[in-house]
Amino acid sequence: MTPDALPQPALWPLTLIVFLPAFVAALLSLPIIPKAREEAIRWIAFATTAVTFVLSLWMAWPGLFAALGFGAAGPAQFAIGEAGMQAVVKKPWIPAFGIEYLLGVDGISMPLVLLTTFLSMLASAASWPITKHVKAYHVLFLLLVTGMVGVFVSLDFFLFYVFWEVMLLPMYFLIGIWGGPRREYAAIKFFLYTLLGSVLMLIAILMLYFTSDLRMLSPEQLIAARVVPDAAAAAEMASGTEPVHTFNLLALAALGQLPNSPFAALEVWGMSLETWAFLLLLIGFVIKVPVVPVHTWLPDAHVEAPTPISMILAGVLLKLGGYGILRICYPICPGGGLTLAWLVCGLGVVSMVYGAFAALAQTDFKRMVAYSSVSHMGYVMLGLGVWSAVAGNEFRWDAWAQGVNGAMFQMLAHGISSAGMFFMVGVLYDRVHHRDLNRFGGIFNRMPVYAGLAVAIFFAGLGLPGLCGFIGEVLVTLSAWNYSRVFAVVSAFTVILTAAYILWAIQRVYLGAEYTGPHGEDLVPMTRRELAIAAPLVFLAILFGVAPQTLFAYVTPTVNQQVQTLAAWTREVRPEAPPTQPALGTARSSRPQPPRESPRVTSEQPAPDQVSAATREATDPTAGGGTVN
Amino acid sequence: MDLGSILTSTLTDTMTVSLPLFRTELALAATIVLLLVCRMLPLARRLDSAFIALGGIAFATWFAWNDLRGLPGAPWGTPADGVVTPLRQELFGGLLLFDPLTAYVRLLLAGFLALYVPFTLASGIPDREDGADFYAMVLGGALGMCLMASANHLLTVFLAVEMASVPSYALSAVLKGRKAASEAGLKYAVYGAGAAGIMLYGISLVAGVLGTCHLPTMAVELPAIVGEGGGRTLVLALGGLMIAVGLSFKLSAVPFHFWCPDVFEGAAAEVGAFLSVASKAAAVALLVRLVSGIGEPVAEAAGGPVAAAGLAATRQFMVFVIAVLAAVTCTLGNLAAYGQTNMKRLLAYSTIAHAGYLMIGAAAVAALLGTRPEAAQRAVAALAFYLGTYLFMNLGAFAIVALLRNRLRSEEIASYAGLIRSSPGIVIAMAVVLVSLIGLPPLAGFVAKFLVFSSVVEAVRLSTAQPLMLVLLVVGGLNTVISLFYYLKVLKVMTFDPPGDDRPSEPLSLVSLSGALVTGLVVPVAALGIFWSGLYACARLAGRIVS
Repeated sequence: MTPDALPQPALWPLTLIVFLPAFVAALLSLPIIPKAREEAIRWIAFATTAVTFVLSLWMAWPGLFAALGFGAAGPAQFAIGEAGMQAVVKKPWIPAFGIEYLLGVDGISMPLVLLTTFLSMLASAASWPITKHVKAYHVLFLLLVTGMVGVFVSLDFFLFYVFWEVMLLPMYFLIGIWGGPRREYAAIKFFLYTLLGSVLMLIAILMLYFTSDLRMLSPEQLIAARVVPDAAAAAEMASGTEPVHTFNLLALAALGQLPNSPFAALEVWGMSLETWAFLLLLIGFVIKVPVVPVHTWLPDAHVEAPTPISMILAGVLLKLGGYGILRICYPICPGGGLTLAWLVCGLGVVSMVYGAFAALAQTDFKRMVAYSSVSHMGYVMLGLGVWSAVAGNEFRWDAWAQGVNGAMFQMLAHGISSAGMFFMVGVLYDRVHHRDLNRFGGIFNRMPVYAGLAVAIFFAGLGLPGLCGFIGEVLVTLSAWNYSRVFAVVSAFTVILTAAYILWAIQRVYLGAEYTGPHGEDLVPMTRRELAIAAPLVFLAILFGVAPQTLFAYVTPTVNQQVQTLAAWTREVRPEAPPTQPALGTARSSRPQPPRESPRVTSEQPAPDQVSAATREATDPTAGGGTVN
Repeated sequence: MDLGSILTSTLTDTMTVSLPLFRTELALAATIVLLLVCRMLPLARRLDSAFIALGGIAFATWFAWNDLRGLPGAPWGTPADGVVTPLRQELFGGLLLFDPLTAYVRLLLAGFLALYVPFTLASGIPDREDGADFYAMVLGGALGMCLMASANHLLTVFLAVEMASVPSYALSAVLKGRKAASEAGLKYAVYGAGAAGIMLYGISLVAGVLGTCHLPTMAVELPAIVGEGGGRTLVLALGGLMIAVGLSFKLSAVPFHFWCPDVFEGAAAEVGAFLSVASKAAAVALLVRLVSGIGEPVAEAAGGPVAAAGLAATRQFMVFVIAVLAAVTCTLGNLAAYGQTNMKRLLAYSTIAHAGYLMIGAAAVAALLGTRPEAAQRAVAALAFYLGTYLFMNLGAFAIVALLRNRLRSEEIASYAGLIRSSPGIVIAMAVVLVSLIGLPPLAGFVAKFLVFSSVVEAVRLSTAQPLMLVLLVVGGLNTVISLFYYLKVLKVMTFDPPGDDRPSEPLSLVSLSGALVTGLVVPVAALGIFWSGLYACARLAGRIVS
């Protein structure tokens, strides 16, 4: 692969966003600043995360910086409202395997990058109460940030995997050294679960890599996937005699969506490779999400981790799983997604109900919040999985798009609300050193400002209309109706359970006459630092609740494009709509058949021509993006 | 042809072809002689034998490097003298073979020695008095290992294995006063003698049926006999299995691994490093050489379809034997490591487990022979790369164990408790090494595992042994997860646990001679995880033994 001749304006901005924290961590680990200067180390770490956040904000919101007088939007910045990959950076890394330093952002990853850098900044600010081995803590924390941002911006599967694994070790030590009483158990459990998932993922990556063949793609697709810079190089690639394998996620997605996809052609033990890969990748990602039954690491890790790490865990790490499913599983293995849609949705529904019931049963405040995460991430799974493109007997991409948009919104909203909830629990724990729900009460009287903010955040988690938790859940539930009415009804009823555990917790902690638990004398009002962390979270929870279009402006174009492409793909390979819950192993026997119009086109859905027109437009690289994100 | 002309042709062949490509071994042999002579001369006695050894090793490394660069298609161009050697050159009338794998492994061994001698200097074993003996034995063993990597005849295979083993027996017992060391040496020698006997018997069976010990000739003769079937095939299979026993002993593959933990625990950590890195590299090279030599005949075998069927059956047999041994070795090594409390014993089981991963790669090589040459080359390259990274990882681990032993007077894992408080540098170095041994990115161990697993996936895609290869893939993956437990346990003790009371207080800083050595071993582990194109290019060159 020759290095791209095209200019890469985003090379330094994106590289800095990813690697600045790691670079500072490396500097900190050298004995330049003595260990004893803890305050300086804290400030350096905070400044690093703040710079990273400002950089990502500069990329994500050119309008703001233009208004502030930094000049008009540059080519390295993100064009809001445009679908497709932007700010792509490409440098050769390991030519022997076609591995590249390939980064880029689109409407799915940009808001998640922003969420990550924002929460990292807040978590860094929330790390002031950490007094044990301050230097080591911040070095590991900054390494963690690099890993998280790197996963969201990687477009090369190998690079993605490297970043994915880079997160593990810092997290292990952050939980294992600075955690609560059962920290060692929680840390190794977290590590083992995730490593098991990522080994399965590695197997899937290798399978996909060695099955892929870039020669099958058209020159337009190759250029859109940033494999080659121009048509001449594409023609040269197509003329080769040996298959050209690739780790390029965009190219893999284009290959996976070909009518003669190489991933669907290969059968292994009675299932197509595509289904296997989907399954293996899904296991890797749902462990991170997490869904029942692989969720058990989460309550332990959350409860034992120190407050800032809990914020990062709930706010960012869980989103990596959802992001992986959306970015990798569905586009690359659409056939597997179609076959296993019932599995994804079923896991989502089971998680949301189980998580809610488990949260009801907890007496530990933090554990309750942890189970609420399991329940809330269930909505994400359900929203991603509703392959309503073939709901019942109809092709309907719009209902599915609604679900995926809802899931994306839910991920971002949960990032805000769960980080906020964990922070609020932490504030209380720092004062009274216990988390027993039954021994709280009367906090409203003692700490009115804190209690007000906390209740707002908890209501956001509850999904109260007007706050951020509402939008995502409603969209997901509505879209699930088209896929399976049972799932829709169950997910709607789960809201009642959610309301029950959150209201009950608020009642037990904040209401009541007076606080009778231990360390009552330490219940001092929030410090300014704590206020500065809590206030932005509450502000965003309200903002996203009343003006969801602030987020949808980023998310919707890209999500809609991806869903449209996949819906058109479904029509092509499955002309007759399959049953809603296809049994395992009934892979596409109908694949080689020529595309046929569905006989049952209803009036509300876009006419078939319209969909394929949209797809054609999306496939056209000159339309700025490419089909394959 | 009269005797004179035979002598003349042999002489010219030896002088012009064989000896120039044998310079590495000659340098090592000369150094051994020099070491022993200097010991007898009163004036030269005052010279530290480590430096004599280092001088000889420098020559050996230079020759090995030039031999590698002299190969066609080598990265970084041809050497200064501009000599380009053929890709495959038989030496000494076919007893030895010079090819890219020989050159690569020789350079690896020479490079290992160049790092190993400074390590022994820093750790203080051997002392001045034993130095000459110790280094003579180390160099002698390494010489045998070089021959293992280039053996082209079953007799040289046997001689090379013995030449590598006998010094190792003595080295295991080099701590003369320690009972455990003597026991280790004796155990190793007895096991070794048994394995060597079985291997020799196997060689005689094979040679008896085929009428030759010359590998390429054997490869040409074998398929037709196997294709016919019958009693001779049975004898050949038996002989092959017996040779496999000898190799398994060198690889410390289950069930011939019992010597390994005891020897590692009893012998000094320095000896453990030698056995675990150099011996393993040579054994893997020999395995690959035998597998590719038999499975991919240089010349077309006579006998048509019968021979083709025989070749397929031979390959299938090799794949099956290696795959089963690999899966068992890997799993048992990892499971047994979990219960260990002694660090050297843990590293012994880790060595066994890594031998398992390497044999998974060798099984992939065997499975890919005769499919697409590119794929088989990549599979050999994966093994070569693995050996290259394994050198730094394991040498680093043993170096840290030796330095900590000098400081703490203990090799128990429990004695490392809370070491992060007093010596953070050494703990970080250990963390890098152990995490790399687990195989997590962005460290070298991950890339090595990635490459081996990719060749297994290629074998799944291309070869006929698909189910077996899928099983190996899953076994390898699960073992990676299992191995997390015990490597992390060491790190957990070092970082999470509070230090004991009897701890010597002075810290072990990285700013010292030994610290620099550890840094020099650990930095490549991290760097090769990110910038691995260069080493991989060399490894790809080594893979070109398959065509």
